[in-house]
Amino acid sequence: MKRRKFIHKSIAAGIYTGAAFSFGRYGKILANTAINDDIPYDLVAVTGGEPVQMYQRALNAMGGISRYVKKGQTVVVKPNIGWDVVPDKAANTNPSLVKAIVKSCLEAGAKEVYAFDHTCDDWKKCYQNSKIEEAVKDAGGKIVPGNTERYYESVDIPEGKRLTSAKVHELILESDVFINVPILKNHGSAKLTIAMKNLMGIVWDRGYWHRNDLHQCIADFSTWRQPDLNIVDAYNVMMKNGPRGVSEADVARMKFLVMSDDMVAADSASAKIFGMQPDEVPHINYGHAMGIGNKDLDSQNIGRIKI
Amino acid sequence: MNYKALRSARIAVASLSLLLIALAFFDFLELMPDKLIKGSVWLQFVPSVLLFSKVFTLSSLGFAVVLLLTLLFGRVYCSAFCPLGILQDVILRIAKRFKKIRFKHQKAFSWVRNFLLLFTIITILSGTTLILNLLDPYSLFGRIFSDLFRPILMLINNGMASVFERIEVYTFYDVDIKLLNWVLYLTPVMFLYLIIHLTITHGRLYCNTICPVGTLLGYLSRYGLYKISINPSACTDCKMCERDCKAECIDLESQKVDNSRCISCFNCLTSCKFSAIDYTSAKGAPAGRPEKTPGQEVDTSRRKALGVLFGTALFPSGALAQEVEVEPDTATVPVVRKQYVTPPGSGDVQEFLTKCTACHLCVSACPTQVIQPSRNEFGWKHLMQVRMDFHTGFCNYECTRCTEICPTGALTSLPLEDKKLTQLGKAKFVEDNCIVKTEGTDCGACSEHCPTKAVSMVPYEGSLKIPEMDDSICIGCGACEYACPTTPYKAIYVKGNAVHVLADKPKEEKAKKTEFEGDFPF
Repeated sequence: MKRRKFIHKSIAAGIYTGAAFSFGRYGKILANTAINDDIPYDLVAVTGGEPVQMYQRALNAMGGISRYVKKGQTVVVKPNIGWDVVPDKAANTNPSLVKAIVKSCLEAGAKEVYAFDHTCDDWKKCYQNSKIEEAVKDAGGKIVPGNTERYYESVDIPEGKRLTSAKVHELILESDVFINVPILKNHGSAKLTIAMKNLMGIVWDRGYWHRNDLHQCIADFSTWRQPDLNIVDAYNVMMKNGPRGVSEADVARMKFLVMSDDMVAADSASAKIFGMQPDEVPHINYGHAMGIGNKDLDSQNIGRIKI
Repeated sequence: MNYKALRSARIAVASLSLLLIALAFFDFLELMPDKLIKGSVWLQFVPSVLLFSKVFTLSSLGFAVVLLLTLLFGRVYCSAFCPLGILQDVILRIAKRFKKIRFKHQKAFSWVRNFLLLFTIITILSGTTLILNLLDPYSLFGRIFSDLFRPILMLINNGMASVFERIEVYTFYDVDIKLLNWVLYLTPVMFLYLIIHLTITHGRLYCNTICPVGTLLGYLSRYGLYKISINPSACTDCKMCERDCKAECIDLESQKVDNSRCISCFNCLTSCKFSAIDYTSAKGAPAGRPEKTPGQEVDTSRRKALGVLFGTALFPSGALAQEVEVEPDTATVPVVRKQYVTPPGSGDVQEFLTKCTACHLCVSACPTQVIQPSRNEFGWKHLMQVRMDFHTGFCNYECTRCTEICPTGALTSLPLEDKKLTQLGKAKFVEDNCIVKTEGTDCGACSEHCPTKAVSMVPYEGSLKIPEMDDSICIGCGACEYACPTTPYKAIYVKGNAVHVLADKPKEEKAKKTEFEGDFPF
């Protein structure tokens, strides 16, 4: 995995340079922050638009999809599909955003784009009522089950403090590109659920995490494999009663989207959008301390786009 | 009357009945609409009587239709609608491919029949339905299909899922097979063995000796309008009819048919070459000449197909769970549940226990498999009746499937909005087992899963939060108990309500912040 990650990163670095030239001016026009034109950024935050619109603007500012997805590659998209609720309750990732992501991956030449989640409620109802199954299929992707242990394979987590092994969905192990698409939510156990916490949906035994210091396990697991890209849906945000929510009264229309290769940075920015300090969320601190990413946003090259 | 057509019609109706009911009990992929499931089992006698005794509506008169049919045409219920009866015909057809089966007239075991019917009625009157549940043919069929055959089908499904997965087709998907306590396999296995044995040796002996419904309908069919009768002047005593009579009720010595045991399968009508057997009303006209029945050929290709099918079942490619390390248990307080939980729509638990015939249709239909047969949770008298097992699943907030399909009235239909407020029980918190207290780390799995936020997280020590219950909005769905990660005991469990009540609506308070104003916060 390390080796693959390395190869992947080196290819990405090459494209990064190329993309900086080709998308440079285009990106500048789209990103009306005009603070800098150091495209691609470390992190891009967009506000004020519709989910798909914000996604496209952010993606351009990050260097375009071709920076992440190469022709002939397989891609796994991991939205949050944890709950059997309708999209307006904002417990699951916005389906139109998922659709746009699957589409752009295919347009970039991906051989196959998969999506799945290890759901909390009955998985078929979650897939269906979240409208994500429909969205993925409409876009030409494949929605895949994650409902039984057979789909998961054991991996070692050498850098984990409390979590040293886990069973991970086979698609994560087999796919070339991993795109993490969490939704920002209040969370009764983890304070907030964003990018790092969303990875709990690619493992089988979540009870172990709950028994063995949840925040540490979230950080531990993030040392195993970081997604190639994190896209945080903060359009509709569940402000309380998370992660499932009770009614639409729990939801605020924040109209945000955050994109970064760095989970910790994405979580840190999203926490601030939510109205919390990253330090209030232990797993963000642990993630920073363990070197998974950088929670300090001031030291990063951030693109801010207002629509 | 064209007897060949009559017999074919009986076989067609029977095949359709068996197919629909078997599919209903196999439906782990949730392919059948609720209404079709309910419609398929609407005529079932015992469930319908129980339903009528609870609701007194026209839609619960399936049993009355059966009684009427019996008075008109004899026990057609047993030959064309009862799934256990038709299952015996299927067993017989299969057995006939391997050996010659010829029936001979037998005397009725009248005292056994009468005793079992009487015993069943007495036990019901004295307040237990255990004997009825054990013997009711529909429920027995249900248990055989739901508890024994469905897991086998699931295994085949999982085998196919793993094959198709390799070519990236996800139309089939893995399903979780929940095995039961061994005690619960005893009755379906024993009865299946008994039925196969009796069928091969004496045809419908189960129906004519053990089945209380068969005995009851037998009393009526004696007085049926249309009956099988022998015309002594035409009979040559060739015994072809006797040979084909799976009820073994044609006595050629006295040239009489025991109409209480005749199940109106019409086999004799087509086996008689001399028009000596008629199916007529008492004043009916003589029948037309029946035609020859074609002989049966052994189709080995089908046998091979079966072998292949079961071969696949033996080699599922699913890997078995490999737990790497053993964690120490942290929970120390055993959970003693004083009242077990019954499914939504059951209302009063005691009344539910008099209506549930343990057919396990809801066990098959439940998408989360939270409905499971009970062992002695309600006492041994209620063996196999169903309960909510929050260790295998939890009740989906948005689902009312079990309440829509139950044929006995044990579960009655609940509109979704009512179901979401129906309190099956209340969650009880065992703080001394809770991770937050024993380990001093965040958990909150219970609160995460709670659909009404009856379990909320309140400040504890430092920045830790610990669960707190609000009984008024708890609906007892068991999501908290299922999700609670503590071992070997749970730190939260649902204690059932003896009578289900309505919970308050979950509070809806507008979030403080409803939209974002201002600039980027970083």
